[in-house]
This record gives sequence, C-alpha cells and structure tokens, in this order.
Amino acid sequence: MTKLSTKHLLGIKDLGKEDIQLIFSTADNFKEVINRPIKKVPSLRDTTIANLFFENSTRTKISFELAEKRLSADVVNFSASGSSLKKGETLIDTVNNILAMKIDMVVMRHPSPGAALFLSRHINSKIINAGDGAHEHPTQALLDAFSIREKLGEVKGKKVVIVGDIMHSRVALSNIFCLQKLGAEVMVCGPTTLIPKYISSLGVKVEHNLRRALEWCDVANMLRIQLERQDINYFPSLREYTMLYGVSKKMLDSLKKEIIIMHPGPINRGVEITSDVADSKESIILNQVENGVAIRMAVLFLLAGRTDQ
Amino acid sequence: MKPKLILEKKAFELTIIRLCYQLIEIHNDFSNSVIIGLQPRGVFLAKRLNVELERILNKKHLEVGALDVTFHRDDFRKKELIPNATQIDFIIEDKNVILVDDVLFTGRTIRAGLDAMLAFGRPNDVELLVLIDRRLSRNLPIQAKYIGKTIDSVASENVKVDWKETEGHDRVWIYSS
Repeated sequence: MTKLSTKHLLGIKDLGKEDIQLIFSTADNFKEVINRPIKKVPSLRDTTIANLFFENSTRTKISFELAEKRLSADVVNFSASGSSLKKGETLIDTVNNILAMKIDMVVMRHPSPGAALFLSRHINSKIINAGDGAHEHPTQALLDAFSIREKLGEVKGKKVVIVGDIMHSRVALSNIFCLQKLGAEVMVCGPTTLIPKYISSLGVKVEHNLRRALEWCDVANMLRIQLERQDINYFPSLREYTMLYGVSKKMLDSLKKEIIIMHPGPINRGVEITSDVADSKESIILNQVENGVAIRMAVLFLLAGRTDQ
Repeated sequence: MKPKLILEKKAFELTIIRLCYQLIEIHNDFSNSVIIGLQPRGVFLAKRLNVELERILNKKHLEVGALDVTFHRDDFRKKELIPNATQIDFIIEDKNVILVDDVLFTGRTIRAGLDAMLAFGRPNDVELLVLIDRRLSRNLPIQAKYIGKTIDSVASENVKVDWKETEGHDRVWIYSS
C-alpha cells in the first residue's frame, strides 16, 4: 500500500489498519530526517498550510508548525482570539475567506465535535483534524501508538490502560480506535462519573481500581483532568482524585513488572502523575513529543502527495 | 516481447570488479572517500562494491551509506512513492563522495540525490557511478563518471537489474512494453 485511503484526516475511525501502518513506516523515515544536522526536506515547498486553532494549544500547534516547516511548506497561523470570529463571523465564512487566499491544506482545532467533518464537506482543501471538542484527536493517537511500537516493538497484543477523564477526552476516543485497529487490548480506568456508559460498546474493559488496572497493563496512558470541559463537579476534589487515580513512583515500584507511562500533555504534576513519575525512566512523555513531529510530517506528506485531487 | 538479457552472471561480476579498479585508480585507499548508494536499488550496488573493494584493498570499514531521495523528488505527486531508510553514519564534509545507483535514466533521481546529500555536509567532490547508463533518455544535464555498461534504449523500454540478494541471480534485463 502506497497511499492513504482517505483524502482528509478527520479521525482514526475512518482509517484502516494499512493506513496506520503506512503512516508509521513513513514516520520512521521522517524520524531519521529530524535527527539529521539539517532537519529539512523540500517535499511540500509548493504547499501552503493554514493552522486554524479555535481553541488553545501549545504542543499540538508547535508540533504541526514544526512538521510543516521541516517539509518546507508555507505556513499561516490563525488563532480564535483576536480574529473576526469575535466580530460574529461564522466558521464557514472565516475559512472560505482564508481559502480564497489559495490555501492547500487546513489543520484545525475546534471546540465543537464534528467541526473538521463539517469543514471537509464544504470546502475544497485537505483537512487535518487537530482535535474537535471531545470527539477525536487523530494525530495524538497515532503518535501514542507509534511511541508504544517504538518502545515495545509492536502494538499488537499489548495491554494499554487509559486512566482519567475518559468522558471529556478526545485523546481517549482516538486512542481506543487506533489501538484496537492495531490489535492491542484497551482498558479504561477512572471514577464512574468520568467514564461514559456507552464505553463498553467499543469493546474496551472498564476498571475503577487503579492498582488493578496497572497490574493488568503494559502501558498506562495518563490523561489530564480537563477542568475546563467539566461543567459540573464530577468528583469531590482534586485531592481525592489524586489519592485514588494519581500514579506515584511508590506505586510503580510496588508493581510486579515494569510498565510504560505515557501522557498526552500538558501534565498537571502532582494530580494525575507525580513529578518523579513524569521524570522517571518508565516515562516516555518526551519521546511522545518528538514522535509527534515525525507522525505529523508523515500525515502531511501522505495527504499532500495524494495524486487524485 | 520477450525480455532480453543484456548482462549475465559472469559479465556482471567482471563489470563490478572493473568498476572497483577504476575507483581505486582515482581514490587510492579510500581514506578520504565515501560511497553512498541511492535507495532502493543503488544500495545493492554500493554494498557489492564495498565487498569487492574491501577484498581488493584488504581493508575493512570503508564508509558506505544509503540515501533515500523520496522527500527531495520533483515528481512526488505524479506517482506513488514509498520512502526507504536513509543511513549515513558519517559526515560528508570535505569528503570525496561517490554516488551509486543501478540505472541512470532521466537523471531526476540523481538530481534529487545531490539535493538530499547536502543535508549531511558539503562534500569536496561528488562523482556518479552507475551499473547501466541509458544514454538516450536523459532529461537533465547529468552524466556518470564510472559506467558499467552503456545501452541505447527507448523510453518505453524498461531496464531491470536483478540482484543475488533479492532475485537470486545477478543479471540485467531489458523489457519492452
């Protein structure tokens, strides 16, 4: 297989196993490129990409921008604050205006689920979803699975637990799809109030006891508590959450085996994981960030290179 | 039409050895020279040259790398391309570089190779070695310095180099479609 089956990257749900493997093998090559003394290749020098961030982001935005620049694309950045959206312009008008300036690809983060899909139906350039509300965040899931593959050799057959705020997390949903397509077993772990009822219909295990979850898994992906998305209180206090669902070094050391700790960032040190866990040898958090650039280069390269327009 | 054999096993072997001696004439003991094979199939030739050169020079550890040019190609939207690994574990700054590919056709791969190579430093000198030179098909002003065999072929024909490592035999075919 030499090309992706989709024209846009809206979610992991639309991708096949072969698509994911193609992205991984391409990312392997880009990982070599970004470790060279000169980290830039000219592949997308004729492509203009708009990064539309209607929601705050540090890592994802920088990572995409770096990936675009390392592929020699021209980049324009847009963030919701300080834009005409504040003056009452609709999403489609804003985007159409930007596209009138001849833009080939759009990377978009938006607080509404389905925003990327909506855009792909109405405009004529390639869309990459960089997070749409609590729906999907496909490049994060790809880089997470890529990091597991790098650390453990393969994803197939591995046991991965996703801990924390599953309900409000696009990372969780995309990760579940991605890991299952690659043949991993997935468990979610968190307080009952933060685990949606439908989740078992996705074929994942549910566990409410953190220790049992960690004993079971090879990899623990610790999610951030998204206080900004929680409209009501889902647990009594952060302190109580930390006591029940925070991972400490002491707990890791008391397990019978070594597991890998992942975190999509930004970390709330001392909430979902303690500082010594974040900086421990079990943690591959910074590898995830490095792999993020390689994965995004691969996605951009494969979508831009599709021959059918 | 039936494929035509243009280089069989014995001639193939002699050609490789001749190319090695031509290289030694210019590069002596390779103390300041490196060989870079272009992915995918130039790498087989680079490795084969390496084996022969080490035998002839009785010297180990020549610097041999593999370079993938996919990200530097000018036609990456025109066909489906699969990138391969680049492995260059040395700096080519001020070195004499011998770029190696199996077939020289339009010259576009070599053009991309020259570009891609510059990410690893500024070489003192760059030469091109190819096993087969299809001299009538060039689109760019690129010529090889060391040539295994020159053939006259038209663009509709296909030249395929078989390697012991992948196809089980060393030989070169020409197909017409």
